[in-house]
Amino acid sequence: MSALPGRTEADVQSALAAVMDPELPFLSIVDLGIVGTVEVGPGRVRVELLPTFVGCPALDLIRDTVVERLTELAPDAEIGVEVSFAPPWTSDRISEEGRRQLRLHGFAPPERLHDGGTTAASPWLGSATASATTAILLLRRVPCPHCGSRRTELENVFGSTLCRAIHHCSDCHQPFEQFKPV
Amino acid sequence: MTGRSSQDDQVDLSADPDPIAHAGSSQASGADESPTSPADPTADPVTAAALAELLLALADDDLVIGFSDSEWTGIAPILEEDVAMSSLAQDEIGHARAIYELLAALVGSDADRLAYDRPPEAYRHARLLDHARGDWAMTIARRYLFDTAKTVRLEALLGSSDRPLAELVAKIRREEVYHLLHVETWLDRLARTPGEARTRLLAALAVLEPDASSVLAPLAVEPILRGSGILSASSASLLNAWHARVGPTFARLDLPPLPKTVPDPAHARCEHGEPFRWLWGEFTSVRRLDPAATW
Repeated sequence: MSALPGRTEADVQSALAAVMDPELPFLSIVDLGIVGTVEVGPGRVRVELLPTFVGCPALDLIRDTVVERLTELAPDAEIGVEVSFAPPWTSDRISEEGRRQLRLHGFAPPERLHDGGTTAASPWLGSATASATTAILLLRRVPCPHCGSRRTELENVFGSTLCRAIHHCSDCHQPFEQFKPV
Repeated sequence: MTGRSSQDDQVDLSADPDPIAHAGSSQASGADESPTSPADPTADPVTAAALAELLLALADDDLVIGFSDSEWTGIAPILEEDVAMSSLAQDEIGHARAIYELLAALVGSDADRLAYDRPPEAYRHARLLDHARGDWAMTIARRYLFDTAKTVRLEALLGSSDRPLAELVAKIRREEVYHLLHVETWLDRLARTPGEARTRLLAALAVLEPDASSVLAPLAVEPILRGSGILSASSASLLNAWHARVGPTFARLDLPPLPKTVPDPAHARCEHGEPFRWLWGEFTSVRRLDPAATW
């Protein structure tokens, strides 16, 4: 089998950037940070997807869409799309553009955890204080994506999808969703 | 799922209520097509069979608590909790699915067959999860005992020599933080509210007490799991860690201390009662209508 004629890793990345998250259709899977290792070899393309949540129901649809787009890009290539937990996806993987898109569409982006997905030495996941740390992070007043006010309250740590929490703004009196830090 | 390539020789689970008995043989016969690295502990058939028992216990725990949680969808005491319990159910069933997929790769099956095609007596969830859902206090009390034990167990599995399991656990643990935050808040709230809330919580804890630590009961294959590094800590040390975590919370809330008895491994994950048989009937009902249906 020949090398992918005229197809480079950049082409593959552009194709992936056009795949949107079905639950947040304004956010590409690249900006969401769920694209892991991408390998473009002779006659083959291999892509790893890192699920936001283990039980994310959108994952199968995302995987099928990625296979479809890569097949359009390189019809003769062997396409491999695999789900991986190494490294674990963390909300820190959402790009600056992804955060901008979230705010534009009325979502608060997740607070940054800065633990790089490593669990050993993370202040976020230190065993005894894990839940206390979460509480502090979440209850810290998340800026309202509508009016920018910090006078907001956490309403529910669980929202309409696994990755969302619900807040309420005391200034503009609007509820809003936050992409959970995880 | 990545990690371990699935075996070619599929085990027919529909005719076999005990899938894990095949783990060793399947692994050995598939070794030629998918060579395992020297560091992979499942290259040894006895170790592979022991790992299969561990994975089945872990996955069954998450599946059963997940379906119990889902019973609150539509009828939780307040709307926020309706959303929360539904979300928790989705998380737990998602964890179960990912663990069944690791098991499926090991024994040559698929996650749905492992989750739904067994008779009730073949499930290996802890006795704590065998109780009926009960009222809200029962749900919170059981979730608290389960989530704290699950967290202690996950921490020990982070260092497992089985890489696919260690990687998955690192991811699951990040989500469990939210489960703990939720259930600790509710335990606190029920325990500190005099009258019916506290009375019901105390009644629930009294019912659950004999099975409180069953999630951390040792498996019969624990020596093999310890020897191969799949378990980096003994169940005795996990029990100590769990008591060290739960004890101060119970003392602060003036709840009766949990007994330090070691759970009986022979009964901790078998002998399921009527409430589980009912739940099993519910969660397998659609699958049993047409096991060959494509979704």
